[in-house]
Amino acid sequence: MTAFSVAYKNLKRKPIRSLLTIFGVAVAVAVLISLIGFDRGYQKSLTADIDKMGYQLLVTAKGCPYEAATMMLKGGGGLRYMEQKVYDQIRTDERVDMITPQLVSTVYDPDRQDGAGGFALFMGIEDSYLKLKPWSTLKAGSWFSTPDANEVIMGYEAAEVEQRLVGDEIYIPRYDKILKVVGIFERSGTQDDGIIFLPLKTAQQIFELPNKLTGIGIKLKDIRQMGTFQEDLYDVPSIQIISLAQVRGTILNLVSSAKLMANSIAVIAVFIAVIGVVNTILMSVFERTQEIGIMKAIGASKLKVFKLIWIETMLLCTFGGIFGGILAVLASRLVEAILKSLLPYTPDGRLVLINIQLLIAALIGAVVLGIISGVYPAWRASSMRPVEAIRRSE
Amino acid sequence: MNDFVIKTNKLSKTYKLCAEEIHAVNEVDLDISAGDFVAIMGPSGSGKTTLLDMLGCLDRTSNGSLEVLGNDISKASENKLADIRRGKIGLVFQDFSLIPSLTALENVELAQYFAGQKRDRKKAHDILDAVSLGKRINHLPKQLSGGEKQRVAIARALITQPQILIADEPTGHLDTVNAKEIFDLFSELNEKSGLTIILATHNQKLGSLAKRQIFIQDGKLVN
Ligand SMILES: Nc1ncnc2c1ncn2[C@@H]1O[C@H](COP(=O)(O)OP(=O)(O)OP(=O)(O)O)[C@@H](O)[C@H]1O
Ligand SMILES: [Mg+2]
Repeated sequence: MTAFSVAYKNLKRKPIRSLLTIFGVAVAVAVLISLIGFDRGYQKSLTADIDKMGYQLLVTAKGCPYEAATMMLKGGGGLRYMEQKVYDQIRTDERVDMITPQLVSTVYDPDRQDGAGGFALFMGIEDSYLKLKPWSTLKAGSWFSTPDANEVIMGYEAAEVEQRLVGDEIYIPRYDKILKVVGIFERSGTQDDGIIFLPLKTAQQIFELPNKLTGIGIKLKDIRQMGTFQEDLYDVPSIQIISLAQVRGTILNLVSSAKLMANSIAVIAVFIAVIGVVNTILMSVFERTQEIGIMKAIGASKLKVFKLIWIETMLLCTFGGIFGGILAVLASRLVEAILKSLLPYTPDGRLVLINIQLLIAALIGAVVLGIISGVYPAWRASSMRPVEAIRRSE
Repeated sequence: MNDFVIKTNKLSKTYKLCAEEIHAVNEVDLDISAGDFVAIMGPSGSGKTTLLDMLGCLDRTSNGSLEVLGNDISKASENKLADIRRGKIGLVFQDFSLIPSLTALENVELAQYFAGQKRDRKKAHDILDAVSLGKRINHLPKQLSGGEKQRVAIARALITQPQILIADEPTGHLDTVNAKEIFDLFSELNEKSGLTIILATHNQKLGSLAKRQIFIQDGKLVN
């Protein structure tokens, strides 16, 4: 017989009311966990995505930098073209450690997604592409035989979607061209997984874009030269240069407005949960006026009555915190799916990162919530006068 | 005299309702010695409950003096009343007033906890045995009859080993047979362990079984 069991048994007296209140707290906690988890997960996968690009700077044709930023991460950025001579010019700069030209093109394939249609993403690259991504390895097959061979190497997912093995052929519908699959990349966890690579020269020829590029990836010998290097390139006409740090900032900026809205929802959810808890406990205190009067009459001190009601509140919030954590973990995939459909750019990998520390923090938060919302009802109960309490309900 | 557990002098309780003053208890002089068994009787609205509330340290006095167990509690604060009452005065009410979510045994143990005494399950069990409820200790109040509930309430009042037991119409909600049994239990407690008992009742027949009868009317004692 402890204050805990008395409080717990009292909550069991009105099971539906208690459960509904717990559910309210659980939803608020789950929303909070998902949001914080998203905040951590999104930044982490975005950073991982950017690190795996292998280069620090990207040169593209002039255009909207936001568009360029997201297109680039999606592997695209291919809607505007620049001349290959820009590449030849930058390549000779002695501050450049590695440099790689790219030509991206999307081709609509009506047979994709079981006939629903979809875009296949092609990227023309040179040998230097691999030097910038030393972790990219071939799962099967080998590199292009010549710089203008009619061959492709497929990203891991692209190969899975198209169901191709090394030695198979692949058809490019709009350009009526058949290419041979010579290699398949290992899964990298980046956008590269969905791309079909072909030699740059072959790409320029097939897509009828001679001497055109969509992007140039650059890695500098000394990262501290980034500023002056970028400034020098401002003089080159009709190109823009984006650093990946900028891209990261730009995307996080885009996301932060969405986050602001989500945070307000979380604040409202917590607020409603607190009101729900206070209301439930206050209601049960008033219903038990006589009972509390009797408790005081038979010797319960103010402190003990306060404790009893306070524990009830904390129990509600603690259970709410536990169920909220479970709810957040169970619903995280769903939340990810919703976020993916709402956000301008979503990196690969888990968007909502929930770990044990976050769950424990949320649980502590819920208990603190209980401590705070329990004060008023507990104070009301503890300051009831026994005679009045006993008589009022007679 | 040290023998008195309760001593009052012109004890009064006045309720103010707008301009009107109600003298619910009016200048009562009353001495109750240890081991007494007092029945307070009188018509409805005569002031029995008001008097018992003051004697039981539940309610503050208005005028006059009141001494309980050697403490002068005339005009004492609520907190001081609670301290004097705790563990030393057992209270039983008309409508049983058990905590519905707790079993008979737990209700008794709860009083122990509130009185700040060491929780002692065996003792709680023994006391329930003594009020002939040894076999129903794990029943909830709703599973007990009125008479049984009142026995649990008496056990709850006794668990802290009080010096005075105060009961306001403890048999008011019981039929004749059960009322008699509860009354007999009080007599037994008074005789066997010398417990001082003060109770209020409407029932003349039962009241006459107590050692001493006090009549009250319009807040004043009558002979
Ligand atoms: N809180 C209060 N405010 C105003 N008047 C009160 C209050 N409590 C009791 N009274 C009045 O004091 C008088 C005595 O009431 P009390 O309850 O003590 O009578 P009682 O003898 O116990 O009656 P009953 O046998 O019906 O229980 C009554 O006139 C009642 O209306
Ligand atoms: Mg009364």
